Amino acid sequence: MQILPILSAMRRNKVGAVLIALQIAVTLAILCNGLFIVQQRLALSHRPSGMVETDLFAIDNEWIGDPTDVSSRIRADLAALRALPGVVDAANTDQYPLTNSGWSEGIDLKADQQTRSAFMSLYMGDEHLIDTLGLRLVAGRNFEPSEILDRGSTDRVQPATIIVTRALADKLFPDGSALGRSIYVEGGKQPTQIVGIVERLQTPWTGTGGWQEKYFEFSVIEPYQFVDTGSWYLVRTKPGQLAAVMQSASKRLLELDRNRLLQKIEPVTDTRVSAYRDDRGLAVILAVVCAALVGVTACGIVGLTSYWVSQRRRQIGIRRALGATRGAILRYFQTENLLIATAGALVGIGLAIAVNLWMVTSFAMPRLSPVWAVLGALLVLVLGQLAVLWPALRAASVPPALATRSA
Amino acid sequence: MFAYYFSLAVRSLKRNVVLTVLMIVAIGVGIGASMTTLTVFRAMGSDPIPGKSAELFAVQIDNWGPDSSGSTNGKQDRLQNQLSYRDAMNLMQAHPAKAQSAMYASSLALTPANPDLQAFRVHVRAPYTDFFAMFEVPFLYGAPWSSADDAAHAEVVVLTRALNDKLFSGANSVGKSITLDGHDYRVVGVMNDWEPIPKFYDLNDEKFSKGADIYVPFTRAVERHMAIEGNLNCKDNSESGWEGRLRSECVWVQFWAELPTAAAAADYRRFLQNYAAQQQASGRFHWPPRTSIKNVREWLAYEDVVSDEFRILVLVSFSFLFVCLLNAMGLMLAKTMGRARDIGVRRALGADRSAIFAQCLIESGVIGLAGAVVGLLLTGLGLLGLRTMLSRDIANLTHLDVIDVVIVIVLAVSTTLLAGLYPTWRATHIQPAWQLKAQ
Repeated sequence: MQILPILSAMRRNKVGAVLIALQIAVTLAILCNGLFIVQQRLALSHRPSGMVETDLFAIDNEWIGDPTDVSSRIRADLAALRALPGVVDAANTDQYPLTNSGWSEGIDLKADQQTRSAFMSLYMGDEHLIDTLGLRLVAGRNFEPSEILDRGSTDRVQPATIIVTRALADKLFPDGSALGRSIYVEGGKQPTQIVGIVERLQTPWTGTGGWQEKYFEFSVIEPYQFVDTGSWYLVRTKPGQLAAVMQSASKRLLELDRNRLLQKIEPVTDTRVSAYRDDRGLAVILAVVCAALVGVTACGIVGLTSYWVSQRRRQIGIRRALGATRGAILRYFQTENLLIATAGALVGIGLAIAVNLWMVTSFAMPRLSPVWAVLGALLVLVLGQLAVLWPALRAASVPPALATRSA
Repeated sequence: MFAYYFSLAVRSLKRNVVLTVLMIVAIGVGIGASMTTLTVFRAMGSDPIPGKSAELFAVQIDNWGPDSSGSTNGKQDRLQNQLSYRDAMNLMQAHPAKAQSAMYASSLALTPANPDLQAFRVHVRAPYTDFFAMFEVPFLYGAPWSSADDAAHAEVVVLTRALNDKLFSGANSVGKSITLDGHDYRVVGVMNDWEPIPKFYDLNDEKFSKGADIYVPFTRAVERHMAIEGNLNCKDNSESGWEGRLRSECVWVQFWAELPTAAAAADYRRFLQNYAAQQQASGRFHWPPRTSIKNVREWLAYEDVVSDEFRILVLVSFSFLFVCLLNAMGLMLAKTMGRARDIGVRRALGADRSAIFAQCLIESGVIGLAGAVVGLLLTGLGLLGLRTMLSRDIANLTHLDVIDVVIVIVLAVSTTLLAGLYPTWRATHIQPAWQLKAQ
């Protein structure tokens, strides 16, 4: 294929060629960065929480007035919930993952430390919490019933024992010796012994950037029954019985005591959906914009190339009359598009990386891998070839006899 | 002349329907995408209290010091975005501003008088009486409680219109009583509709959603130990119990002051620095005074009300519009050059360049208008899509106002005219003789 004649023909149509190249460049820049964000958001929304989220639901229980015996009421509620048919286990806690609302505290390796060694999110629960959530205990033991004490939201106390996540254990004791070691939690002076390590338990916060993302698996479970006017009951059901148990549980709780608000009863799978709603929304919007972008750019290529074909019908006829095959005409337009698209893609790769670098500095985005840019470039080249096919086929079907007719 | 060119434009556009439709769709899609995000972006960045946003100030005091883990909202300045109870009370007592209010969010169970009805949770805001005047809260019935009520920790409430409609079917409920968490409160006033968006005075949870259902005096809420619904951040281990929390350095109180003049703001800045210096002198702060006041606009920017994600989205959608315009420009160029002969004939018959220029420009204007119509439809669809896909908080912002519609039309027509400039310029430079010779 002769490239020089194509280039000299293009010189007569500079603006059109530049417009297509520019479109391809900007399309590529948006496509790379847009799809990169989509991929990141989707990855984010699939991070495991540590819970087994199916067959698990949460009840937001709130006592009305100021009952003095909240502790015994909660214990009665838990006993009733655990006795319900279809219930595997139930626990009372101050927070649970994916809710974006919770309690955080500092952890020290020594008493009287000025700066904290780490920050953690504080889960409170009895010996049923681990099984209810479906956490995997990878070292040590669960709490004993005798260790469980009552604690209200304004009580400042430190437990004797604690269960931490593996991420937090590795952060505090990088040599892997966390089990059995003592730490100081919540700025207190009393040592707390690590008795168990769970594989994973996210903090309740699902946000990106800053400490929310950095510490997202820094959680602890303290052996407390959270006694407050409002707390969460988490209930694990037998497979497939979630909906039925959700109904019977709220009915049972109201039978026990009407003096309460059951603010929210929702499957934990729903909690995940609402936690990542904006992330998924952003991903969908960006994906739609990228798809529309590809469509618009393709239409632009089709439109302009069609115009060029119709403008050059006579010249095409002459070439055909002089012996050029249909394939040669087809290849002419395909090569022309490839040249323009390659120029656009090269500019586009630069633009994509520049846009990403700018986003890295101003939006704390991660860096785009060059693989994405190259893949995007290949994609727009293929797009160009597909878009040019129809007008090029029309060009190839120009009859050689056209050359013999006067214009 | 305009009408003639307009009809010429329509006729010319009808001649090549495919190209015309492609152009209009390209512009419409671009406008639809960019306006969808711009509409939400405008709502996010809108002034929640026009006319007064420069006179209302959020107050910050560094009560954690340089050795603390940093700012709880991830800012470099290490200032907390709320105050401790101690500082808030000290500022309330000094009262150097025209109006000022400490406040926090809580929630309570409301038990309706009708025993058949279920109790339900209401969102509570606990401010001082100045809150209502300072934020220009309109009243339907009654009035705010008095400073005497603040001092007396009185059991009084102000209802929102929506809650009054629900509880009293919209009747004047002033003087009636309601039961919150087992205690009776007397209604002193019912607010008319008042929902500043963004909810600038407390950006802790949802930034664009409705505020409280009910207002209770701050002093009463603290006395009743009403739970803190917003963010509570603590630096050190503090004493147990509610009283321990009140004495602690935990931050959970929002604090606003009204400072109508630059002089008042400067005075207040000095007052705050002096206050922090006193705290240093008394041994409570082991660091030099660091305080700040920020007006509503500064506060919204400081608290990142417009999320990075949304900035990226706006950017992407406007780049998309740019691609669509490049596209339309290419198609217009093709169309103009395809009509070189017509233009040549018109020029030969005596039309001057400005006449050709006007004709082509009006043609792009018509395309722009049609693009605006398509764009407006797509914006509506796009907003509907956002509403179903995004969280309730952002869904509150997906409403088109008149200004948005004007922006759509102006943006569509002006950008199309801009894109049409080069093809138009090319059209005016067509040599009539050359075109006629080719015939």
